[in-house]
Amino acid sequence: MNKFVAAAIATFALAGAALAEPVKIGIAAEAYPPFASPDAAGNWVGWEIDIIGAVCKAAEMECAITPVAWDGIIPSLTSGQIDVIMASMSITEERLKTIDFSDKYYNTPAVIVSATGGVATADAAGLTGKIIGVQASTIHEAYVNAHFAATAAEVKVYQTQDEANQDLAAGRIDATQADSIAMDAFLASDAGKACCVTVGAVAADTAILGAGAGAGLRKGEEELKAKINAGIAKILEDGTYEAITKNYFASSIYGG
Amino acid sequence: MLKELLVTRRIVMMAIAVFLLSLCFAYGRWDWLWVPKYQKLMLTGIWNTLTLLIITMVLGMALAIPLGLAQAVGPWYLARPAQAFCGLVRGTPLLLQLFLLYYGIGSLFPGIPGIRDSIFWPILRDAWYFAVLGLSLSVAGYEGEVMRGAFKGVPHGQLEAAKAMGVPRFTLFRRIWLPQALHRVLPTLGGETVLQLKATPLVAMITVTDIYAVSSRVRAETLIVYEPLLMLALVYLAITGIIVALFTWFERRTPTRTA
Amino acid sequence: MIPFEVLATSPLDLLAFSPPGWGATLLRGLWNSVLIATGAYASGLLIGIAGAYGKLYGSPVVKDLLAVYTTVVRAVPELVLILILYFAVTDAVNQLILAFGGSRIEISGVAAGIAVLGIVQGAYATEVLRGAILAVPSGQIEAAKAMGMPGGLLARRITLPLMLSFAIPGLANLWLVATKDTALLAVVGFAELTQATRQAASTTKAFFAFYAAAGVLYLILSIASTMMFARIEKWARRGQRRTGG
Repeated sequence: MNKFVAAAIATFALAGAALAEPVKIGIAAEAYPPFASPDAAGNWVGWEIDIIGAVCKAAEMECAITPVAWDGIIPSLTSGQIDVIMASMSITEERLKTIDFSDKYYNTPAVIVSATGGVATADAAGLTGKIIGVQASTIHEAYVNAHFAATAAEVKVYQTQDEANQDLAAGRIDATQADSIAMDAFLASDAGKACCVTVGAVAADTAILGAGAGAGLRKGEEELKAKINAGIAKILEDGTYEAITKNYFASSIYGG
Repeated sequence: MLKELLVTRRIVMMAIAVFLLSLCFAYGRWDWLWVPKYQKLMLTGIWNTLTLLIITMVLGMALAIPLGLAQAVGPWYLARPAQAFCGLVRGTPLLLQLFLLYYGIGSLFPGIPGIRDSIFWPILRDAWYFAVLGLSLSVAGYEGEVMRGAFKGVPHGQLEAAKAMGVPRFTLFRRIWLPQALHRVLPTLGGETVLQLKATPLVAMITVTDIYAVSSRVRAETLIVYEPLLMLALVYLAITGIIVALFTWFERRTPTRTA
Repeated sequence: MIPFEVLATSPLDLLAFSPPGWGATLLRGLWNSVLIATGAYASGLLIGIAGAYGKLYGSPVVKDLLAVYTTVVRAVPELVLILILYFAVTDAVNQLILAFGGSRIEISGVAAGIAVLGIVQGAYATEVLRGAILAVPSGQIEAAKAMGMPGGLLARRITLPLMLSFAIPGLANLWLVATKDTALLAVVGFAELTQATRQAASTTKAFFAFYAAAGVLYLILSIASTMMFARIEKWARRGQRRTGG
């Protein structure tokens, strides 16, 4: 429904050519709690949604949240369907070849989660012969394919992390690698508590895992990039970032 | 057929097509095709797609025959459920059916203790079997309708004559009814196989590695937008061409004149 | 003993209309699906009429081009076509506008979905309508021409009604295909019924309940459509000799 509203807003904005167009912030259409997920009324809620609102307010931009399929979010940016990507997208060299990034707005480690007692250590030795599940088009898919695929029994690729978590609870996969915060939300749920446990963080690999999540922008949009960086800096300075983070997490996730 | 192709306008059009394709190849990013890792993945993907297609068509047709028969002449307690099944399969999207089978049934697993030790576990844990099941049921649902029409269309006089001669019921079915019904659907079977081929990419949504999933992976890792999709389209066009050629050859070999 | 929390969130609660029930979201998704399907079906019909006439009465070049169009669209899976067309159409439109000096416009999700599915439907509609026009008994057209009927009157009073009665079964099938193909748009993130169901199922973890509910909604849609088209076919066949059942 938000897409409808966003489309309606954009259409009316187009009709009055002199009116300022809202900046279209692309988020992933798939739910990714606690960062962004739809509630029963169709509104998007979560830490990232709040941060988007705060950054836009601090940068004095009018923003329209536009859900786009995660698989096609970068082509949507480059073709102009959206103006910014703020969907927990990590800043990696591979992506920097195609798009530009703002400063990071959070950085959390990647962890391996498995059934209790299933996997001993979060490395290639511990994952030998196991079935690993990852979400498509993520840094975790790239990491698992680069580091664990040689020894693992199988790497299954899911459209959303939620589906991977579900199969983990069902026992179809032995382990999954994902963002630690997203997995915390799963492990706090009833299904997660009953089945699984965090094995540990994976070894660092900045080339694949990137340097934190930033806002994706088209190459050459220096003005918009400066605005967003200013917005991020402002909310970090004046405590808005802390206040929002306190609503969701125990400690800061800005990272090193 | 070659004579038809050599008409002037068609030669010009083919030349234009070749020119456009060579532009695509020259200016597009095709470096990913030469990476051995991706080549191996693509071969695996094509193999999976083909085996999925063949297995599900065979299983689906095997199920469609009783479904069609039940709807054509069955008593109400067989015909109604068969009708309901076909209506259910044809009335809901295949994607939804696959999701329901794989994730819906999967969500019941945590509630069943000891399921991981049961003998069914290797089947229940692998997405492949769910894909085969989902696609076969889909084929059965659509072909059940086709078989119903085929069974009804066999001239009634033949069946009556056989019955009058005292041919036992199963022999009548095996020697007269079924072969003629199959004969009637043969022309459309090629088209139905192509339709099934077009349904196979959906299994990538439930983690089966078919050629579409491979193309998605290439797109995700290299961030190239169009080229993998164009390659995917070419692969499907090629497989479709092979299927159509195969069925045309098969049709030419079987006699078409029936009573 | 069954814990109380399990009883509290029964499937019927989850499907309720007001939050925290997701029923309204699912119905909104269904509405979007119907909207996109209607738009795609209508544009597909327009393309189909043009395509059918082109294939029957056009120049040989037009015939060949249309043959390529229908063959390619009918041979490549809709999922792949939707992906290619979604990126290509939005990219092309924006490139064109940029080339002419305008600023980027947003192509709403509904519009892009309708355009993409419309192109796919157009290929099938071309074949259905072409077959229907060919099925009109030529004797009737010859008799009308022999009586001196002008072309327009002939098309309106003879060809069109007869063609409709042949085309309706194929067009009914096409409508059902359109409604089910909207589910594929979930792959590109459009907020239609399958996408809404996935989101609801992901958030509440009640996968079985929501996918089953979505199945029921699609089933209702397809049964209602079938009944409607049966009535349309009866109306289109009025006055024709009824063939043996």
